Amino acid sequence: MSTPKPAILALEDGSVFRGLAFGADATIAGECVFNTSMTGYQEILTDPSYFGQIVTMTAVQIGNYGVNAEDTEAATPKCSGFVVRELSPIVSNWRSQQSLHDYLRQAGIPGISEVDTRALTKKLRVEGAMKCCLSTLPLGDAEAIQRARSWRDMAGADYVKDVTCKTPYLWRADDPANHNTPYFPVGTTMNAPGIPEKKFRVAAFDYGAKHSIYRKLVRHGFEVQVFPATATHEEVREHKPDAVFLSNGPGDPAALPYIHQTVTGLLPDYPIFGICLGHQMITHALGGTTFKLKFGHRGGNQPVKNLDTGKVSITAQNHGFATDPKSLADRGARVTEINLNDQTVEGLRHTKLPVFSVQYHPEAAPGPNDADPLFVDFYRMVEQRKAGKI
Amino acid sequence: MPKRTDLKSILIIGAGPIVIGQACEFDYSGTQACKALREEGYRVILVNSNPATIMTDPEFADVTYIEPLTVDFLERIIIAERPSALLPTLGGQTALNLSMELHKAGILEKYGVEMIGAKSEAINKGEDRELFKQCMLRIGLDVAKSRTVKSMEEARAAAEFLAMFPLIIRPSFTLGGAGGGIAYNREEFEAIVANGLDLSPVHEVLVEECLLGWKEYEMEVMRDHKDQCVVICSIENFDPMGVHTGDSITVAPAMTLSDKEYQVMRDASFAVIREIGVETGGSNIQFSVDPVTGRMVVIEMNPRVSRSSALASKATGFPIAKIAAKLAVGYTLDELRNDITRLTPASFEPTIDYVVTKIPRFTFEKFPDADPTLTSAMKSVGEAMAIGRTFKESFQKCLRSLETGARGFGGGGRHGGDELVDEKTINAKLGTPNAERVYYLRHAFRAGYTVERIFDLTKIDPWFLHQLREIHEMEQALSQHTLASVDTNALRRAKQFGFSDAQLAHILKSDLATVRADRKQRGIHTTYRLVDTCAAEFEAFTPYYYSSYGDENEIIPSKKKKIMILGGGPNRIGQGIEFDYCCVHASFALREAGFETVMVNSNPETVSTDYDTSDRLYFEPLTLEDVLEVYQQEKCDGAIVQFGGQTPLNLATALKANGVNIIGTSPESIELAEDRKQFAAVLNKIGLRQPANRTAMNESEALGFAHEVGFPVLLRPSFVLGGRGMFIVYTEQEFQAVIRTAFEVMPGKPVLIDKFLEDAIELDVDCISDGETSVVGGMLEHIEFAGVHSGDAAMVMPPHTLGAQMLKTVRIATHALARELKVIGLMNIQFAIKDDELYVLEVNPRASRTVPFVAKAIGVPLAKLAAKVMTGQKLKALGFTGEHVPNHWCVKEAVFPFVRFPGAMITLGPEMRSTGEVMGLDEDLGMAFAKAQAAAKPGLPVKGNVFLSVKDADKPRAVILAKRLEALGFTIYSTSGTAKVLGDAGVAVKRLAKLSEGRPNAVDMIKNGQIQMVINTPGGMIPRRDENAIRAAAYAHNVCLMTTVTGAEAAANGIYALKHRQITVKPIQQYRGNVTVV
Repeated sequence: MSTPKPAILALEDGSVFRGLAFGADATIAGECVFNTSMTGYQEILTDPSYFGQIVTMTAVQIGNYGVNAEDTEAATPKCSGFVVRELSPIVSNWRSQQSLHDYLRQAGIPGISEVDTRALTKKLRVEGAMKCCLSTLPLGDAEAIQRARSWRDMAGADYVKDVTCKTPYLWRADDPANHNTPYFPVGTTMNAPGIPEKKFRVAAFDYGAKHSIYRKLVRHGFEVQVFPATATHEEVREHKPDAVFLSNGPGDPAALPYIHQTVTGLLPDYPIFGICLGHQMITHALGGTTFKLKFGHRGGNQPVKNLDTGKVSITAQNHGFATDPKSLADRGARVTEINLNDQTVEGLRHTKLPVFSVQYHPEAAPGPNDADPLFVDFYRMVEQRKAGKI
Repeated sequence: MPKRTDLKSILIIGAGPIVIGQACEFDYSGTQACKALREEGYRVILVNSNPATIMTDPEFADVTYIEPLTVDFLERIIIAERPSALLPTLGGQTALNLSMELHKAGILEKYGVEMIGAKSEAINKGEDRELFKQCMLRIGLDVAKSRTVKSMEEARAAAEFLAMFPLIIRPSFTLGGAGGGIAYNREEFEAIVANGLDLSPVHEVLVEECLLGWKEYEMEVMRDHKDQCVVICSIENFDPMGVHTGDSITVAPAMTLSDKEYQVMRDASFAVIREIGVETGGSNIQFSVDPVTGRMVVIEMNPRVSRSSALASKATGFPIAKIAAKLAVGYTLDELRNDITRLTPASFEPTIDYVVTKIPRFTFEKFPDADPTLTSAMKSVGEAMAIGRTFKESFQKCLRSLETGARGFGGGGRHGGDELVDEKTINAKLGTPNAERVYYLRHAFRAGYTVERIFDLTKIDPWFLHQLREIHEMEQALSQHTLASVDTNALRRAKQFGFSDAQLAHILKSDLATVRADRKQRGIHTTYRLVDTCAAEFEAFTPYYYSSYGDENEIIPSKKKKIMILGGGPNRIGQGIEFDYCCVHASFALREAGFETVMVNSNPETVSTDYDTSDRLYFEPLTLEDVLEVYQQEKCDGAIVQFGGQTPLNLATALKANGVNIIGTSPESIELAEDRKQFAAVLNKIGLRQPANRTAMNESEALGFAHEVGFPVLLRPSFVLGGRGMFIVYTEQEFQAVIRTAFEVMPGKPVLIDKFLEDAIELDVDCISDGETSVVGGMLEHIEFAGVHSGDAAMVMPPHTLGAQMLKTVRIATHALARELKVIGLMNIQFAIKDDELYVLEVNPRASRTVPFVAKAIGVPLAKLAAKVMTGQKLKALGFTGEHVPNHWCVKEAVFPFVRFPGAMITLGPEMRSTGEVMGLDEDLGMAFAKAQAAAKPGLPVKGNVFLSVKDADKPRAVILAKRLEALGFTIYSTSGTAKVLGDAGVAVKRLAKLSEGRPNAVDMIKNGQIQMVINTPGGMIPRRDENAIRAAAYAHNVCLMTTVTGAEAAANGIYALKHRQITVKPIQQYRGNVTVV
């Protein structure tokens, strides 16, 4: 890395943060959000749900362990820009293949370091998520603020079309490039169970899916056929799946009527599991509504209580919108899980149909694996449906 | 589920005296637990032998027993109190071991006491190495590979099986790992195994895979009875495997793990706590990671709160011990609130937006003969913690928090000079872990070493080394400039890298005051940030701050009157928990009095750094710059410097010069007491005597003065704490042997020469004064004659041999000194009494080490009263105007770390070397002494054999002593000189060979368990080699050891009491009011 150049981060409220440039030379506008995970910047960068967003890490030492091929959630990073307190000058980890700076530069994504990320985070907490402009090129304050303000708003925009796949494809269980084997250090097995013999076919909608979801589905006994967001329920039916999965994805869940319709069409006939945006799609398909949170939930320490068991899981989350529980009254679903920090809806289950969803990320990556058993639940649900029990 | 209602009363066992590996962190955790359980309405029964703890203050438990932590005493307490439950996990290893002993002895079952938090099976699985290993393998985790072998053939097979070098060889049941070693090749392997098999009493060695140089991590986890688990904090060790984690620099959060690796460690931690079966509470799990392959090995787990959990609590703001106590009585994590955010539950994982560094504090200078290499056995006596926005900032802040003279990583001061160190020295200092290694990393950079080369020598992760290199490069770049020429942005960046003004003054060739003024003019201001558990995601309500240089200042202003209390910094010998106790009391008292209190301290083990002790907590180094900044930004109305020991006192004058209102005794009075000349004038004025004394500037002057005052003389360097470099010399020959050392302790400073009062009685007096009224808090008579540091001496309160007339004289002298020194607050005086004459040895107008002991003895919170007095309240109004003399006996005994420092001289002298203290309370003096001995371990024997060997001067008294011991049923063993004297006097003494004469000798008998007490008084200034070998053997085998004849006499009285009196236990609440007011 040569001598760092100055960089600038301007918010729509007119505040300006100065720092040092890394990653690509670019000027970009987007929604400024913060993530409180202490590890997992690589997974965050490559999570397509961050499309259109400039992500601030509250953890201060970023880039320490570099970037590797297996910890990616998409082929390329999807967020617009990256804001950190301090970027590591070197990489120190046995799995690292590249530095964060080089990785972002190649991907064309600008980053800014030496920013007082705590001051920025507090601003976002108090004022709510804000439009912003990040530039690693020479750019005046006024212009940067102007660019931030003129960025199209996220509400009402369809971001999914920008990150979904173009055509259906099979997520190959045997392709090493898909990194389906979970990471365990040599010598450690954690007695992880093997993959079930019997495989079920799942039609997985890609709204900007994290690869870890496919990996988890494979590990839990599914054959994963990926469909673009625009696929109709007829196209899915043609594939004769045993179950349907709805993925995470970016943007405003209310701005996706075509998906709501597709899900409505599939609801009566298939066991369905939704994560994050997928959960919000089920909300809408049932006739419920979603609303924008002030600054969202982004981090790996969110306590979620299961109202049936009374147990709390620590979950990974990344969402700016949430299901309005009142909108679901008499819509055939009940709230099964809530966030203990702000009591928002974290899980739904249909009262009659084999359909359930969670707002958080049981696939982790980054974050805790506490909710991994949900994939087992999904498998069992499909098993029971196939056995004609539900 | 809410709390259990079937439990009524809960027994908490404390950790006992402060020892290496078990310091005031267990006062912090125990105090939290007591508060948490009483809050829930349980009757709390507390047992701890350590009077210097906050937890043993009478208001923290319903009943508080300051009694020895032994199974015998605990059973008596259980019989008296019949608790429904025992919480074994909050008093360190001591409490855990005792709980297991109580369980194994069937006592818990017999009296229906339930173990809560962790059950005996879980504790057993966590503690037994082999069981633990099997558990780990069962749940799919990896451990260091090893085999136990009993012959060379088996050893060769084991080496074959392990198929690797180096290998560690650990002989079974040898002391301190004797006979073990690391074999790097087959030849070494054969040699070490052969030796190990020979040395092991059971001819057995463990051949184990060597993990030296691997990365080391710790996870602090909690679990509730609904099986909900959370990680509170991950910690990465800067020092790789091979150095005990207590002796390692550690950093939170983990710095070099990706999310995948971190999550595996997290999942593994939960699997461990579940498999071991710790039902509720906190555990600490240690991992080691191969930096090349990433292989992860579980090292060990502590099924209890630990030093690391105290650190994790302070690092994150999550009160582990408090929550653990609530979980133990049935609450679940989601039912408890996060105190700091108030609105969110405790069932979450703290996330932090700063970096925390902990650096251990060593005192090898106290044990010059001990091996300073850092190994798997802990040797540090304390630690400092610092918080910064970046690792660099927290690291440099932590180095200056240590108060070793280092200002940071370079920039002048101790270890931070601009000299070039030769490669040979650097390689030696880097190649073997030692207390100074961290400073030699800088010397290595200065000598042009690359990160790769340093990594090869140290195996410290390159990430850390690069961070240090950045600090070094910053220093290099700045050193090209002067303050006038340096760019403002560079200066701001330097502050963000953690450089103190003092460092910058050195590097930029200026002075501290100018740097400070200049940077402020340039707009570089310290900003304070909150420790909030959540990286700013939620609003925080607890004002727990650290300093940084950022865009925002989060200090919440308030209009109340504020008093700053300066803590004592890292624990060290001479300055520890007693001073923290005083600071905590000051805070409590001033809050009661309506002030807002602002605590500044850098020691994570303490109660003072608990976020709810004071209104505002600043986790900051105790340097002029850091303290002044807090004082000014908080707009404090006053500061208390006399409670935190020497650390804040050293700052007093400079703080005052910078406009700080020092409340209580003025810095001038404090200085006056330190200044020989002025102090002599004061004594003269009020007609008090001092031993004859002189101040020498060089060695030859010193010798002249020594002859002038006459041998024996006491030599002591000026401006030192805890008697560093002090010697009592009887002859010119001895004088010559040590005078150079005395001058070298404080180069350029004079050495004080005092006439040594041989066989004088020493008396410690604590006194409180408001400027008008002064009251003696307590008088403590030393059991040993003068010459033993008051921190190390055993003491009796009230005085047991001095007459009423002498005590009256002492009282008059004390009041006169308080008046003359214009004391407002506390004062400690050391008197000596020889031939019925009273001498003043030393006066310290500040809180002393004995304040908590005295407060417990008289049932009056002296430190609280003193704090109130400092704000202008009067003792009359506070209702404390008469000296409270206890009607019972209170004995203080010191606890020493000799076992940790093989080779160190085991002797009591003018240099303090004890780490902690215990208290023995009883109606009978002998019994109180016996209790103190039992609490200090190993306790007095009631039968068996005594080995007695004394110097000539002690022989007449030894005869009487031997006859008493004989009468008490002991058999006396002795060597030639003493044996002859005893035999001639009619004692049926059995003669033993001296170590040099042949065997069996005293050491053999000690090893074989045939000696129950050793009485050995030193023949000269330094114990002879033989003497030390006998003492070391006694220490190693838990044999009662007395090194003074007065101590041995007290022991005889104690043994008499044990044999002839009923042993009783009594809570301190029942001693309250058992005093005579004089």
